[in-house]
Amino acid sequence: MAVTMIEERKVVPYSGNMAAAEALRQINPDVVAAYPITPQTEMMHFFADFVANGLVDTEFITVESEHSALSAVVGAAAAGARAMTATAGPGLALMWEILGVASGMRLPAVIALVNRALSSPINIHGDHSDMMGARDQGWIILVSENAEEEYDNLIQAVKIAEDERVRLPVMVGMDGFIISHSIEGVSLLKDEEVREFVGKQRMFHPLLDVEHPTTHGAIAMSDSYMEFKRQQREAMMNAYKVIREVGEEFAALRGKKYEHIEAYKTEDAEYILIVMGSAAGTAKYVVDRMRERGEKVGIIKIRTFRPFPYYDLADAIVASNAKAIGVMDRAETFGGYSGPLFEEVCTALYTRNKFYPIAGLIYGLGGRDCNINHIEEAFDVVKKKAAGEEVPPVTYLNLQV
Amino acid sequence: MKGWRDLEIGALITEPGNSAEYKTGEWRAWRPVFNRENCIDCMICWVFCPDSSIIVKDKKVVGIDYDHCKGCGICAHECPKSKGDDESKKALVMKPEYLFREED
Ligand code: SF4
Ligand code: SF4
Repeated sequence: MAVTMIEERKVVPYSGNMAAAEALRQINPDVVAAYPITPQTEMMHFFADFVANGLVDTEFITVESEHSALSAVVGAAAAGARAMTATAGPGLALMWEILGVASGMRLPAVIALVNRALSSPINIHGDHSDMMGARDQGWIILVSENAEEEYDNLIQAVKIAEDERVRLPVMVGMDGFIISHSIEGVSLLKDEEVREFVGKQRMFHPLLDVEHPTTHGAIAMSDSYMEFKRQQREAMMNAYKVIREVGEEFAALRGKKYEHIEAYKTEDAEYILIVMGSAAGTAKYVVDRMRERGEKVGIIKIRTFRPFPYYDLADAIVASNAKAIGVMDRAETFGGYSGPLFEEVCTALYTRNKFYPIAGLIYGLGGRDCNINHIEEAFDVVKKKAAGEEVPPVTYLNLQV
Repeated sequence: MKGWRDLEIGALITEPGNSAEYKTGEWRAWRPVFNRENCIDCMICWVFCPDSSIIVKDKKVVGIDYDHCKGCGICAHECPKSKGDDESKKALVMKPEYLFREED
Protein backbone atom coordinates (compact mmCIF):
# COMPACT_ATOMS: atom_id res chain seq x y z
CA MET A 1 0.00 0.00 0.00
CA ALA A 2 1.35 3.39 -0.95
CA VAL A 3 2.25 5.82 1.81
CA THR A 4 0.01 8.83 2.33
CA MET A 5 1.97 12.05 2.02
CA ILE A 6 -0.52 14.76 1.25
CA GLU A 7 -3.33 14.73 3.74
CA GLU A 8 -4.46 18.31 3.38
CA ARG A 9 -5.11 20.23 0.23
CA LYS A 10 -2.31 22.68 -0.36
CA VAL A 11 -0.86 25.01 -2.89
CA VAL A 12 2.78 24.35 -3.61
CA PRO A 13 5.40 25.98 -5.84
CA TYR A 14 5.82 23.25 -8.43
CA SER A 15 7.05 22.95 -11.98
CA GLY A 16 4.96 21.04 -14.51
CA ASN A 17 7.30 18.08 -14.20
CA MET A 18 6.98 18.05 -10.42
CA ALA A 19 3.22 18.32 -10.64
CA ALA A 20 3.05 15.46 -13.15
CA ALA A 21 5.31 13.28 -10.99
CA GLU A 22 3.13 14.07 -7.99
CA ALA A 23 0.04 13.04 -9.95
CA LEU A 24 1.75 9.78 -10.86
CA ARG A 25 2.68 9.21 -7.22
CA GLN A 26 -0.90 9.69 -6.14
CA ILE A 27 -2.24 7.50 -8.94
CA ASN A 28 0.33 4.90 -7.89
CA PRO A 29 0.36 2.95 -11.17
CA ASP A 30 1.36 -0.71 -11.18
CA VAL A 31 3.97 -0.16 -13.87
CA VAL A 32 5.87 2.87 -15.12
CA ALA A 33 8.43 2.39 -17.87
CA ALA A 34 10.53 5.36 -18.83
CA TYR A 35 13.51 6.56 -20.76
CA PRO A 36 15.00 9.99 -20.08
CA ILE A 37 14.58 12.74 -22.64
CA THR A 38 14.69 16.50 -22.22
CA PRO A 39 12.47 18.17 -21.03
CA GLN A 40 10.74 15.13 -19.51
CA THR A 41 13.77 13.63 -17.71
CA GLU A 42 13.17 15.62 -14.55
CA MET A 43 9.66 14.21 -14.20
CA MET A 44 10.95 10.65 -14.12
CA HIS A 45 13.77 11.69 -11.77
CA PHE A 46 11.16 12.80 -9.29
CA PHE A 47 9.17 9.67 -9.84
CA ALA A 48 12.23 7.43 -9.50
CA ASP A 49 12.78 9.09 -6.12
CA PHE A 50 9.28 8.15 -5.07
CA VAL A 51 9.93 4.57 -6.13
CA ALA A 52 13.30 4.40 -4.36
CA ASN A 53 11.79 5.83 -1.18
CA GLY A 54 8.97 3.33 -1.19
CA LEU A 55 6.25 5.94 -1.63
CA VAL A 56 4.64 4.03 -4.48
CA ASP A 57 4.13 0.34 -5.21
CA THR A 58 5.05 0.88 -8.82
CA GLU A 59 7.27 -1.48 -10.75
CA PHE A 60 9.60 1.04 -12.35
CA ILE A 61 11.19 -0.25 -15.55
CA THR A 62 14.18 1.62 -16.88
CA VAL A 63 14.40 0.76 -20.54
CA GLU A 64 16.86 1.54 -23.31
CA SER A 65 14.61 3.55 -25.59
CA GLU A 66 11.16 5.07 -25.85
CA HIS A 67 10.16 2.33 -28.24
CA SER A 68 10.86 -0.11 -25.43
CA ALA A 69 9.24 2.12 -22.82
CA LEU A 70 5.92 2.04 -24.58
CA SER A 71 6.35 -1.61 -25.49
CA ALA A 72 6.78 -2.42 -21.81
CA VAL A 73 3.71 -0.35 -21.02
CA VAL A 74 1.70 -2.20 -23.67
CA GLY A 75 2.80 -5.55 -22.27
CA ALA A 76 2.01 -4.49 -18.73
CA ALA A 77 -1.37 -3.05 -19.66
CA ALA A 78 -2.30 -6.22 -21.54
CA ALA A 79 -1.27 -8.23 -18.49
CA GLY A 80 -3.77 -6.22 -16.48
CA ALA A 81 -1.60 -3.53 -14.91
CA ARG A 82 -2.29 0.17 -14.72
CA ALA A 83 0.66 1.31 -16.78
CA MET A 84 2.09 4.71 -17.62
CA THR A 85 5.07 6.36 -19.21
CA ALA A 86 6.37 9.82 -19.95
CA THR A 87 8.20 11.24 -22.92
CA ALA A 88 8.87 14.28 -25.07
CA GLY A 89 9.43 15.25 -28.72
CA PRO A 90 11.66 12.71 -30.48
CA GLY A 91 10.86 10.21 -27.73
CA LEU A 92 7.23 10.26 -28.76
CA ALA A 93 8.33 9.94 -32.37
CA LEU A 94 10.29 6.81 -31.46
CA MET A 95 7.14 5.44 -29.80
CA TRP A 96 5.19 5.99 -32.99
CA GLU A 97 4.88 2.37 -34.01
CA ILE A 98 3.80 1.29 -30.53
CA LEU A 99 1.31 4.15 -30.24
CA GLY A 100 -0.84 2.39 -32.80
CA VAL A 101 -0.29 -0.95 -31.08
CA ALA A 102 -1.53 0.41 -27.75
CA SER A 103 -4.63 2.01 -29.23
CA GLY A 104 -5.34 -0.87 -31.62
CA MET A 105 -5.15 -3.33 -28.73
CA ARG A 106 -7.43 -0.95 -26.84
CA LEU A 107 -5.18 -0.72 -23.82
CA PRO A 108 -5.75 1.99 -21.24
CA ALA A 109 -2.20 3.38 -21.00
CA VAL A 110 -1.31 6.97 -20.19
CA ILE A 111 1.61 9.06 -21.44
CA ALA A 112 2.62 12.23 -19.62
CA LEU A 113 3.90 14.12 -22.62
CA VAL A 114 6.16 17.13 -22.48
CA ASN A 115 5.66 18.75 -25.85
CA ARG A 116 8.93 19.36 -27.62
CA ALA A 117 10.08 20.22 -31.14
CA LEU A 118 11.30 17.59 -33.57
CA SER A 119 14.59 17.65 -35.37
CA SER A 120 16.13 18.90 -37.55
CA PRO A 121 17.68 21.27 -36.49
CA ILE A 122 17.92 19.72 -33.04
CA ASN A 123 15.78 21.65 -30.62
CA ILE A 124 14.68 20.71 -27.13
CA HIS A 125 12.05 23.37 -26.53
CA GLY A 126 8.28 23.61 -26.43
CA ASP A 127 6.43 22.89 -29.65
CA HIS A 128 3.43 20.78 -30.59
CA SER A 129 4.95 19.02 -33.60
CA ASP A 130 5.50 15.81 -31.65
CA MET A 131 1.87 15.57 -30.55
CA MET A 132 0.55 16.55 -33.95
CA GLY A 133 2.69 13.88 -35.56
CA ALA A 134 1.06 11.33 -33.26
CA ARG A 135 -2.38 12.74 -33.91
CA ASP A 136 -3.75 9.89 -36.02
CA GLN A 137 -2.50 7.00 -33.91
CA GLY A 138 -5.79 6.54 -32.08
CA TRP A 139 -4.82 8.15 -28.79
CA ILE A 140 -6.98 10.53 -26.85
CA ILE A 141 -5.06 13.79 -26.62
CA LEU A 142 -5.52 16.26 -23.78
CA VAL A 143 -3.54 19.49 -23.72
CA SER A 144 -2.72 21.41 -20.55
CA GLU A 145 -2.46 25.14 -20.10
CA ASN A 146 -0.32 25.05 -16.96
CA ALA A 147 1.20 22.74 -14.35
CA GLU A 148 -1.99 22.38 -12.36
CA GLU A 149 -3.92 21.38 -15.45
CA GLU A 150 -1.29 18.82 -16.34
CA TYR A 151 -1.71 17.39 -12.86
CA ASP A 152 -5.51 17.44 -13.12
CA ASN A 153 -5.56 16.07 -16.64
CA LEU A 154 -3.30 13.15 -15.77
CA ILE A 155 -5.58 12.12 -12.92
CA GLN A 156 -8.60 12.31 -15.21
CA ALA A 157 -6.74 10.55 -18.03
CA VAL A 158 -6.52 7.34 -16.02
CA LYS A 159 -10.25 7.27 -15.54
CA ILE A 160 -11.02 8.16 -19.14
CA ALA A 161 -8.66 5.50 -20.51
CA GLU A 162 -10.07 2.76 -18.32
CA ASP A 163 -13.73 3.50 -18.94
CA GLU A 164 -15.45 0.47 -20.40
CA ARG A 165 -16.90 2.55 -23.23
CA VAL A 166 -13.51 3.94 -24.16
CA ARG A 167 -10.59 1.58 -23.50
CA LEU A 168 -8.19 3.81 -25.34
CA PRO A 169 -4.81 5.20 -24.31
CA VAL A 170 -4.48 8.87 -23.43
CA MET A 171 -1.60 11.30 -23.81
CA VAL A 172 -1.59 14.48 -21.79
CA GLY A 173 0.58 17.23 -23.21
CA MET A 174 2.22 20.23 -21.59
CA ASP A 175 4.59 22.67 -23.27
CA GLY A 176 8.24 21.82 -22.80
CA PHE A 177 10.11 24.11 -20.39
CA ILE A 178 7.37 26.75 -20.49
CA ILE A 179 5.27 24.51 -18.26
CA SER A 180 7.55 21.57 -17.50
CA HIS A 181 10.28 23.68 -15.90
CA SER A 182 8.55 26.86 -14.74
CA ILE A 183 7.57 27.04 -11.11
CA GLU A 184 3.99 28.07 -10.44
CA GLY A 185 1.42 27.68 -7.75
CA VAL A 186 -0.12 24.23 -8.03
CA SER A 187 -3.03 23.25 -5.86
CA LEU A 188 -2.64 19.60 -4.93
CA LEU A 189 -5.45 17.27 -4.06
CA LYS A 190 -5.22 14.98 -1.09
CA ASP A 191 -3.72 11.55 -1.73
CA GLU A 192 -6.92 9.97 -0.55
CA GLU A 193 -9.01 12.05 -2.92
CA VAL A 194 -6.96 11.02 -5.92
CA ARG A 195 -6.94 7.38 -4.89
CA GLU A 196 -10.67 7.39 -4.55
CA PHE A 197 -11.17 9.25 -7.79
CA VAL A 198 -9.08 6.93 -9.94
CA GLY A 199 -10.31 3.90 -8.03
CA LYS A 200 -9.32 0.34 -8.71
CA GLN A 201 -8.64 -0.29 -12.31
CA ARG A 202 -10.71 -2.84 -14.13
CA MET A 203 -8.83 -4.54 -16.86
CA PHE A 204 -10.78 -6.34 -19.50
CA HIS A 205 -9.49 -9.83 -20.21
CA PRO A 206 -6.05 -9.44 -18.59
CA LEU A 207 -3.39 -11.79 -19.89
CA LEU A 208 -2.52 -12.87 -16.36
CA ASP A 209 -5.99 -14.24 -15.77
CA VAL A 210 -4.93 -17.84 -16.31
CA GLU A 211 -8.47 -19.10 -15.73
CA HIS A 212 -9.55 -17.32 -18.89
CA PRO A 213 -6.65 -17.49 -21.33
CA THR A 214 -6.64 -14.84 -24.05
CA THR A 215 -4.51 -13.75 -26.95
CA HIS A 216 -3.74 -10.03 -27.19
CA GLY A 217 -2.33 -8.38 -30.28
CA ALA A 218 -3.61 -10.87 -32.81
CA ILE A 219 -3.49 -10.54 -36.58
CA ALA A 220 -6.46 -9.30 -38.60
CA MET A 221 -6.44 -9.60 -42.34
CA SER A 222 -8.39 -7.56 -44.85
CA ASP A 223 -11.50 -9.50 -43.88
CA SER A 224 -11.75 -7.81 -40.48
CA TYR A 225 -9.07 -5.12 -40.03
CA MET A 226 -11.45 -2.38 -41.11
CA GLU A 227 -14.06 -3.51 -38.60
CA PHE A 228 -11.54 -3.13 -35.78
CA LYS A 229 -10.70 0.37 -36.96
CA ARG A 230 -14.40 1.18 -36.98
CA GLN A 231 -14.54 0.04 -33.36
CA GLN A 232 -11.77 2.51 -32.55
CA ARG A 233 -13.73 5.34 -34.14
CA GLU A 234 -16.69 4.38 -31.98
CA ALA A 235 -14.49 4.38 -28.88
CA MET A 236 -13.33 7.90 -29.73
CA MET A 237 -16.91 9.06 -30.07
CA ASN A 238 -17.66 7.51 -26.68
CA ALA A 239 -14.59 9.22 -25.28
CA TYR A 240 -16.15 12.54 -26.23
CA LYS A 241 -18.91 11.85 -23.70
CA VAL A 242 -16.72 10.14 -21.13
CA ILE A 243 -14.18 12.99 -21.01
CA ARG A 244 -17.06 15.34 -20.27
CA GLU A 245 -18.45 13.05 -17.55
CA VAL A 246 -15.06 12.60 -15.91
CA GLY A 247 -14.53 16.37 -16.08
CA GLU A 248 -17.83 16.92 -14.31
CA GLU A 249 -16.98 14.36 -11.67
CA PHE A 250 -13.61 15.96 -11.18
CA ALA A 251 -15.31 19.31 -10.56
CA ALA A 252 -16.52 17.95 -7.23
CA LEU A 253 -12.87 17.68 -6.15
CA ARG A 254 -11.41 20.69 -7.83
CA GLY A 255 -14.29 23.11 -7.80
CA LYS A 256 -13.46 23.77 -11.42
CA LYS A 257 -15.02 21.87 -14.27
CA TYR A 258 -12.93 20.53 -17.11
CA GLU A 259 -14.56 20.68 -20.49
CA HIS A 260 -13.39 20.02 -24.01
CA ILE A 261 -12.90 23.69 -24.64
CA GLU A 262 -12.75 26.79 -22.51
CA ALA A 263 -14.45 29.81 -24.02
CA TYR A 264 -12.94 32.85 -22.36
CA LYS A 265 -14.93 36.08 -22.71
CA THR A 266 -16.26 35.07 -26.10
CA GLU A 267 -19.98 35.81 -25.67
CA ASP A 268 -19.86 39.30 -27.10
CA ALA A 269 -16.41 38.95 -28.65
CA GLU A 270 -15.91 40.17 -32.19
CA TYR A 271 -12.37 38.88 -32.53
CA ILE A 272 -11.55 35.42 -31.30
CA LEU A 273 -8.30 33.54 -31.06
CA ILE A 274 -8.24 29.77 -30.78
CA VAL A 275 -5.31 28.60 -28.72
CA MET A 276 -3.96 25.40 -27.21
CA GLY A 277 -1.45 24.84 -24.41
CA SER A 278 0.50 27.40 -22.40
CA ALA A 279 -0.19 30.26 -24.83
CA ALA A 280 -3.83 30.12 -23.71
CA GLY A 281 -2.83 31.49 -20.30
CA THR A 282 -0.97 34.40 -21.87
CA ALA A 283 -3.86 34.98 -24.24
CA LYS A 284 -6.36 35.21 -21.38
CA TYR A 285 -4.21 37.88 -19.78
CA VAL A 286 -4.07 39.77 -23.08
CA VAL A 287 -7.84 39.49 -23.45
CA ASP A 288 -8.29 41.03 -19.98
CA ARG A 289 -5.98 43.89 -20.87
CA MET A 290 -7.58 44.58 -24.21
CA ARG A 291 -11.05 44.38 -22.65
CA GLU A 292 -9.99 47.20 -20.29
CA ARG A 293 -9.39 49.26 -23.40
CA GLY A 294 -12.89 48.36 -24.54
CA GLU A 295 -11.88 45.89 -27.22
CA LYS A 296 -14.26 43.00 -27.77
CA VAL A 297 -11.87 40.09 -27.79
CA GLY A 298 -12.00 36.56 -26.52
CA ILE A 299 -10.22 33.26 -26.78
CA ILE A 300 -11.21 29.65 -27.03
CA LYS A 301 -8.81 27.20 -25.49
CA ILE A 302 -8.81 23.67 -26.82
CA ARG A 303 -8.28 21.14 -24.06
CA THR A 304 -9.30 17.98 -25.91
CA PHE A 305 -7.54 17.71 -29.23
CA ARG A 306 -8.59 14.10 -29.83
CA PRO A 307 -11.48 13.43 -30.03
CA PHE A 308 -11.74 16.93 -31.47
CA PRO A 309 -14.67 18.87 -29.97
CA TYR A 310 -16.22 20.02 -33.25
CA TYR A 311 -19.63 20.73 -31.74
CA ASP A 312 -18.43 22.56 -28.65
CA LEU A 313 -16.13 24.71 -30.73
CA ALA A 314 -18.69 25.59 -33.38
CA ASP A 315 -21.31 26.28 -30.70
CA ALA A 316 -19.01 28.67 -28.89
CA ILE A 317 -18.16 30.53 -32.07
CA VAL A 318 -21.75 30.72 -33.25
CA ALA A 319 -22.79 32.02 -29.82
CA SER A 320 -20.28 34.88 -30.05
CA ASN A 321 -20.35 37.99 -32.23
CA ALA A 322 -17.26 36.89 -34.09
CA LYS A 323 -16.35 38.89 -37.16
CA ALA A 324 -13.16 36.96 -37.68
CA ILE A 325 -11.15 34.21 -36.03
CA GLY A 326 -7.48 33.54 -35.63
CA VAL A 327 -6.14 30.05 -35.08
CA MET A 328 -2.80 29.75 -33.32
CA ASP A 329 -0.76 26.70 -34.18
CA ARG A 330 2.43 25.70 -32.41
CA ALA A 331 3.18 23.22 -35.20
CA GLU A 332 3.60 23.37 -38.94
CA THR A 333 1.73 21.42 -41.57
CA PHE A 334 4.19 21.95 -44.38
CA GLY A 335 2.36 22.30 -47.63
CA GLY A 336 -0.98 22.44 -45.88
CA TYR A 337 -2.98 25.66 -45.88
CA SER A 338 -2.06 26.47 -42.29
CA GLY A 339 -1.44 24.49 -39.08
CA PRO A 340 -3.23 21.34 -37.88
CA LEU A 341 -5.50 23.17 -35.43
CA PHE A 342 -6.51 25.57 -38.18
CA GLU A 343 -7.78 22.71 -40.28
CA GLU A 344 -9.86 21.33 -37.42
CA VAL A 345 -11.44 24.72 -36.79
CA CYS A 346 -12.34 25.12 -40.45
CA THR A 347 -13.88 21.65 -40.47
CA ALA A 348 -15.89 22.41 -37.33
CA LEU A 349 -17.40 25.49 -38.95
CA TYR A 350 -17.80 24.21 -42.49
CA THR A 351 -19.72 21.15 -41.38
CA ARG A 352 -22.11 23.48 -39.58
CA ASN A 353 -22.49 25.66 -42.68
CA LYS A 354 -20.90 28.59 -40.93
CA PHE A 355 -18.47 30.87 -42.63
CA TYR A 356 -16.10 33.17 -40.84
CA PRO A 357 -12.95 34.83 -42.09
CA ILE A 358 -10.16 32.79 -40.49
CA ALA A 359 -6.51 33.69 -40.19
CA GLY A 360 -3.84 31.05 -39.64
CA LEU A 361 -1.14 32.00 -37.17
CA ILE A 362 1.92 29.92 -36.53
CA TYR A 363 3.89 30.79 -33.44
CA GLY A 364 6.33 29.54 -30.85
CA LEU A 365 8.02 26.83 -32.90
CA GLY A 366 11.01 25.34 -31.11
CA GLY A 367 10.20 27.32 -27.96
CA ARG A 368 10.17 30.74 -29.67
CA ASP A 369 8.77 33.28 -27.27
CA CYS A 370 5.07 33.99 -27.40
CA ASN A 371 4.46 36.92 -25.08
CA ILE A 372 1.61 39.38 -24.68
CA ASN A 373 2.84 41.51 -27.59
CA HIS A 374 2.68 38.55 -29.94
CA ILE A 375 -0.85 37.72 -28.88
CA GLU A 376 -1.82 41.36 -29.50
CA GLU A 377 -0.12 41.08 -32.88
CA ALA A 378 -2.29 38.01 -33.53
CA PHE A 379 -5.43 39.96 -32.66
CA ASP A 380 -4.29 42.69 -35.09
CA VAL A 381 -4.17 40.10 -37.86
CA VAL A 382 -7.69 38.92 -36.93
CA LYS A 383 -8.96 42.50 -37.00
CA LYS A 384 -7.43 43.03 -40.43
CA LYS A 385 -9.09 39.86 -41.63
CA ALA A 386 -12.41 41.09 -40.22
CA ALA A 387 -11.99 44.40 -42.02
CA GLY A 388 -11.58 42.54 -45.29
CA GLU A 389 -7.93 43.39 -45.66
CA GLU A 390 -5.62 40.99 -47.43
CA VAL A 391 -4.02 38.62 -44.92
CA PRO A 392 -1.74 35.76 -45.97
CA PRO A 393 -2.96 32.19 -45.26
CA VAL A 394 -0.32 31.89 -42.58
CA THR A 395 1.19 34.62 -40.48
CA TYR A 396 4.29 33.62 -38.56
CA LEU A 397 4.25 35.48 -35.26
CA ASN A 398 7.52 36.80 -33.87
CA LEU A 399 9.48 35.81 -36.95
CA GLN A 400 12.72 37.51 -37.84
CA VAL A 401 12.38 38.91 -41.32
CA MET B 1 -18.14 -12.82 -41.16
CA LYS B 2 -18.91 -10.81 -38.04
CA GLY B 3 -19.87 -7.14 -38.16
CA TRP B 4 -17.78 -4.51 -36.42
CA ARG B 5 -20.12 -4.42 -33.43
CA ASP B 6 -19.81 -8.16 -32.85
CA LEU B 7 -16.06 -8.54 -33.03
CA GLU B 8 -14.14 -8.68 -29.77
CA ILE B 9 -12.77 -5.25 -28.79
CA GLY B 10 -9.12 -4.81 -29.71
CA ALA B 11 -9.00 -7.99 -31.80
CA LEU B 12 -8.81 -9.98 -28.59
CA ILE B 13 -8.99 -13.75 -28.80
CA THR B 14 -10.85 -15.06 -25.75
CA GLU B 15 -11.30 -18.65 -26.78
CA PRO B 16 -8.20 -20.85 -26.55
CA GLY B 17 -7.34 -22.97 -29.54
CA ASN B 18 -9.85 -21.36 -31.84
CA SER B 19 -7.30 -21.00 -34.63
CA ALA B 20 -8.63 -24.40 -35.75
CA GLU B 21 -11.65 -22.47 -36.99
CA TYR B 22 -9.46 -20.43 -39.27
CA LYS B 23 -9.64 -22.27 -42.56
CA THR B 24 -6.16 -21.64 -43.90
CA GLY B 25 -6.83 -24.25 -46.56
CA GLU B 26 -8.49 -21.53 -48.62
CA TRP B 27 -5.06 -20.14 -49.45
CA ARG B 28 -3.95 -23.36 -51.15
CA ALA B 29 -2.84 -23.38 -54.79
CA TRP B 30 -1.38 -26.91 -54.72
CA ARG B 31 -2.99 -29.90 -53.10
CA PRO B 32 -1.22 -32.96 -51.65
CA VAL B 33 -2.98 -36.09 -52.79
CA PHE B 34 -2.52 -39.07 -50.55
CA ASN B 35 -2.29 -42.64 -51.79
CA ARG B 36 -2.89 -45.04 -48.92
CA GLU B 37 -1.62 -48.06 -50.84
CA ASN B 38 1.93 -46.69 -51.10
CA CYS B 39 2.18 -45.37 -47.56
CA ILE B 40 4.47 -47.12 -45.03
CA ASP B 41 3.22 -45.02 -42.06
CA CYS B 42 6.67 -43.71 -41.21
CA MET B 43 5.02 -40.48 -39.98
CA ILE B 44 7.63 -38.25 -41.58
CA CYS B 45 4.92 -36.20 -43.27
CA TRP B 46 3.10 -35.86 -39.95
CA VAL B 47 6.25 -34.57 -38.26
CA PHE B 48 7.04 -32.09 -41.00
CA CYS B 49 3.64 -30.66 -41.82
CA PRO B 50 3.71 -27.07 -40.49
CA ASP B 51 -0.09 -26.95 -40.33
CA SER B 52 -0.75 -30.26 -38.54
CA SER B 53 -2.83 -31.28 -41.51
CA ILE B 54 -1.85 -34.94 -41.79
CA ILE B 55 -4.67 -36.94 -40.27
CA VAL B 56 -3.54 -39.98 -38.33
CA LYS B 57 -5.76 -42.66 -36.84
CA ASP B 58 -4.53 -45.73 -34.99
CA LYS B 59 -0.94 -45.04 -35.97
CA LYS B 60 -1.87 -44.90 -39.65
CA VAL B 61 -2.05 -41.91 -41.99
CA VAL B 62 -5.61 -41.75 -43.24
CA GLY B 63 -5.76 -38.50 -45.14
CA ILE B 64 -5.20 -34.78 -45.28
CA ASP B 65 -7.11 -32.02 -43.54
CA TYR B 66 -7.83 -29.81 -46.55
CA ASP B 67 -9.47 -27.17 -44.38
CA HIS B 68 -6.06 -26.27 -43.01
CA CYS B 69 -3.47 -27.64 -45.45
CA LYS B 70 -1.89 -24.63 -47.19
CA GLY B 71 -0.36 -26.76 -49.90
CA CYS B 72 3.27 -26.01 -49.10
CA GLY B 73 4.39 -29.39 -50.45
CA ILE B 74 6.73 -30.20 -47.57
CA CYS B 75 4.98 -33.52 -46.89
CA ALA B 76 5.40 -34.71 -50.45
CA HIS B 77 9.00 -33.50 -50.52
CA GLU B 78 9.92 -35.33 -47.32
CA CYS B 79 7.94 -38.54 -47.88
CA PRO B 80 10.43 -41.38 -48.52
CA LYS B 81 7.87 -43.07 -50.71
CA SER B 82 7.43 -40.05 -52.95
CA LYS B 83 10.96 -39.90 -54.41
CA GLY B 84 11.54 -40.78 -58.04
CA ASP B 85 9.41 -40.23 -61.14
CA ASP B 86 6.93 -43.06 -60.95
CA GLU B 87 3.74 -41.37 -59.78
CA SER B 88 1.95 -44.65 -59.22
CA LYS B 89 4.44 -45.56 -56.46
CA LYS B 90 4.22 -42.27 -54.54
CA ALA B 91 2.35 -41.89 -51.27
CA LEU B 92 1.98 -38.11 -51.58
CA VAL B 93 1.74 -36.17 -54.85
CA MET B 94 1.26 -32.42 -55.25
CA LYS B 95 -1.37 -31.47 -57.84
CA PRO B 96 -2.63 -28.05 -58.85
CA GLU B 97 -5.70 -27.07 -56.89
CA TYR B 98 -7.77 -26.07 -59.93
CA LEU B 99 -8.07 -29.72 -60.90
CA PHE B 100 -10.30 -30.18 -57.85
CA ARG B 101 -12.37 -27.03 -57.84
CA GLU B 102 -15.69 -27.39 -59.53
CA GLU B 103 -16.10 -23.73 -60.34
CA ASP B 104 -12.84 -23.64 -62.34
S1 SF4 C 1 1.12 -29.63 -48.27
FE1 SF4 C 1 2.09 -28.69 -46.50
S2 SF4 C 1 0.39 -28.07 -45.26
FE2 SF4 C 1 -0.44 -29.52 -46.70
S3 SF4 C 1 -0.35 -31.45 -45.66
FE3 SF4 C 1 1.53 -31.27 -46.84
S4 SF4 C 1 2.99 -30.39 -45.40
FE4 SF4 C 1 0.97 -30.10 -44.52
S1 SF4 D 1 5.85 -39.65 -45.19
FE1 SF4 D 1 4.92 -40.77 -46.87
S2 SF4 D 1 5.15 -42.89 -46.33
FE2 SF4 D 1 5.57 -41.76 -44.47
S3 SF4 D 1 3.60 -41.69 -43.46
FE3 SF4 D 1 3.69 -39.88 -44.72
S4 SF4 D 1 2.74 -40.44 -46.63
FE4 SF4 D 1 3.18 -42.34 -45.55
